[in-house]
Amino acid sequence: MSRLFGGARVLYIVPIAFLGIFFLYPLLAIFDRSLRPDGVWQLDGFITVITNSYYRDTVWFTLWQAIISTALILGLAIPSAFVFTRYQFPFKSALLALATLPFVLPTVVVATAFRALLDENGILNEVAMSLFALDRAPIQLERTLALIFIAHVFYNYPLVLRMLYGYWANQSGRIEEAARLLGVSGWRLWIEIRLPVLRPMIWASGLLVFIFTFTSFGVILILGGLRYATLEVEIYNQAMNLFNLPMAGVLSLLQIVMLIMALNLYTRLQRNIVVVNLQGQGAVARNPRGWGERFAVISVICMMTILLFAPLLALVMQSLTDKNGFTIRFFADLGEVGRGSVFNVPPLEAVKNSVIFAGITTVCAVTLGVLLASLLYISKKNRLLGWLDTLVMLPLATSAVTLGFGFIIGFSTPPIAWRSEWWLIPISHTLVALPFVVRSVLPALRAIPKQIHEAGMVLGVGRWGRWYRLELPLISKGILVGATFAFTVSLGEFGASLFLVRNDIPTISIVIFRFLGRAGTYGQALAMSVILLIVSAIAFLVLERLRARGVGEF
Amino acid sequence: MKKLLVLIGLLSAIFTISTQAQTTLKIVTYDSFYISDEVIAQFEADNDVVVEILRLADTGVMVNESALTSGNPLGDVMYGVDNTFLSRAFENDLFVPYESPALADVPEEFQLDTEEFRVTPVQYGDVCLNFDTEFFTSETAPQSLLDLVDPAFEGQLVVQNPASSSPGLAFLLATIAVFGEQGDYTYLDFWSDLADNGVLAVAGWSEAYYGEFSGASEGDYPLVVSYATSPLAEVFYNELDPENPPTGAIVADETCFRQIEFMGVLRGTQNEELAQKFIDFALSTPFQEDIPLNMWVLPVNSTAELPDLYADYATMPENPLTLDYTLIEEKRDEWLQAWAETVLR
Repeated sequence: MSRLFGGARVLYIVPIAFLGIFFLYPLLAIFDRSLRPDGVWQLDGFITVITNSYYRDTVWFTLWQAIISTALILGLAIPSAFVFTRYQFPFKSALLALATLPFVLPTVVVATAFRALLDENGILNEVAMSLFALDRAPIQLERTLALIFIAHVFYNYPLVLRMLYGYWANQSGRIEEAARLLGVSGWRLWIEIRLPVLRPMIWASGLLVFIFTFTSFGVILILGGLRYATLEVEIYNQAMNLFNLPMAGVLSLLQIVMLIMALNLYTRLQRNIVVVNLQGQGAVARNPRGWGERFAVISVICMMTILLFAPLLALVMQSLTDKNGFTIRFFADLGEVGRGSVFNVPPLEAVKNSVIFAGITTVCAVTLGVLLASLLYISKKNRLLGWLDTLVMLPLATSAVTLGFGFIIGFSTPPIAWRSEWWLIPISHTLVALPFVVRSVLPALRAIPKQIHEAGMVLGVGRWGRWYRLELPLISKGILVGATFAFTVSLGEFGASLFLVRNDIPTISIVIFRFLGRAGTYGQALAMSVILLIVSAIAFLVLERLRARGVGEF
Repeated sequence: MKKLLVLIGLLSAIFTISTQAQTTLKIVTYDSFYISDEVIAQFEADNDVVVEILRLADTGVMVNESALTSGNPLGDVMYGVDNTFLSRAFENDLFVPYESPALADVPEEFQLDTEEFRVTPVQYGDVCLNFDTEFFTSETAPQSLLDLVDPAFEGQLVVQNPASSSPGLAFLLATIAVFGEQGDYTYLDFWSDLADNGVLAVAGWSEAYYGEFSGASEGDYPLVVSYATSPLAEVFYNELDPENPPTGAIVADETCFRQIEFMGVLRGTQNEELAQKFIDFALSTPFQEDIPLNMWVLPVNSTAELPDLYADYATMPENPLTLDYTLIEEKRDEWLQAWAETVLR
């Protein structure tokens, strides 16, 4: 603990207190209520889960679909990240920033965009049928498992791409050059050099994606056609439809325990990090040479276009079309529909509210996340703090209903009667965003070579100076990725905040939710989704610029 | 210095006045609660109170979270609990009784708690099949639930999972009310035939209506479970000719299920009297007449006048189906499971 420096130690209490008050406490409150009603433990639910084949199947399905999804996503994102790291090409940073967009969209909207593309009479099928003169639509994906996997890739691929690229972009290519000189090439280069170097971030991003797909809810319900259920779906069913709190509590606990096991596995795999010299990214990336490299760049761009941008474009087109063709009336209507009633929310007000919430979330998550990451970094041998690492991830692993109910029960009596305070919403967003920040920053911190600290000390730079002038620039890419996702999580959040009490502070996602909830306002829902995309795109580009200006070439 | 003291005194006086005078009345409701600002403002002015609307995602979240906080409620009045959740609200002892004098104008068919008056009806709606008018006319559309298993309508109906959707549950209840649980042809026989006839079940109303229904989106299904008023909303928001609506509602006998929504004074409120006043106000004509074009359900007050769009074009079922609310809560789990086993297999 030698690097814990004096007065700053107090700072570390802040994130721990935050997690204790806003996560652990409400979680314990709801578990106490649901598993120990009237002071008697009710754990027969565990026996039901073990003996009933329906629950066993659900657990098994949850697990294997998450493993396959994660493998698919990593398989696509690792080569893409390589192309982004090594080659310079036009619109690279814009492409990267825009790739994050899928993350903000509600599942219902994504489902319709997919339908416009992949449906029997969707765009892709029509193109394929006319190109290859087929009389039957070749793509038949509606309500299949394949569609669930595609949607998981759509949502999560950008996350892994950005985390890997953020980590890789500053690693010097010298090891690789040395290996080449020694005659290592082709696949061996990947297996012996690149993957080991990337390993910490592969595990870190893979872990996030695993947790995400393990707790998948909307994608499974909406795109899976009701035949599939994850634990998260079943928890919702037990808690909301049947109000069977003991059973919901048991399943919720089971979900958390399974994910803690995954986290422990991750911690084991995380050890022995390869530390590589860092360089400015200009020195790492160069223009593609030769047909092979050009082909690699072009295929990554094509894949991103089809996978990410085609559905988004389909969405934009839908928002500009009605039965009579092109129209902008859905946008024009946004402030008009339901004039005079509280239903009516001027779009600018919703945008303002969303940006304020997302801003608060980003500031909180980045501050707390960087503190947590530094605490975890300087104290990797401490067992208690090892648990802290797990704790940081748990909000992602906790069912939204469970946490929502926890807030309602936990914060109901003075002096902490906060359950209908507006700020609980950005707080709940912060809980979900924290893991992103920690997971993007921590591997970067750990990859900083010791020599850098030592050089700083030799030169007589104080602890704060070393942090500000050496560490911060080196982890800034990780911070940027974390901040981007914190912002995004808040803009698009449809989980925990759905179970919170809301005063009239309508955000963009709430307005979309409202338009989708009544007849006759579908076009307006799409128009509002397009506004959500635009706001997010602007935010990403601004964040990108902030970094460029703030910390030089790293 | 004196000036400063005076200033502080003044400020604190203003502060205390503003905090004392402004009692807040909290209405706990679902997200799709809408009433015109002027109407709420009228109540605020008459009673010198600030009305705060606390929204929860839907009726299920509202009732469940209120049950979790029974006795220490989220607000003063609950608005919008319907007959499918009423029993759960009663079991958890959410309300203090109040018999509003305004009930005099409310027909008895809406008053489900005339012994204890724990809840007061406020609005009602009917879950009915909707059809795409480019595909059917009101004559060629199905005329009964049994028509739906006719091969002529194969692969044309999309419904919602009753476990995750309120209209989906209402439609399941309609089939139970019509076919019953016992006999030669039970509701499960019907659903099994419906499944063989290619019914599509999706998660929620939005996915069915905006994802699969050809009348409101690019979907392929010309029949959907929705509300009797949905065609009116289509016309209203898209400024279409009400003579040629894009969708129609089927309102034949034994096809629609009635949802009645209620209000109640939440047990544990500090503002019981104001809460009662709000209930009276919600039954008064200014409030009741504001309901139809905002929430697309109908006022229970029989003296409230309907807007022209409703008066001229609404098709409402004359004999909607209903089930005893205690039975619904009692058998919900069993019905949902049986439905899932029959339809999702």
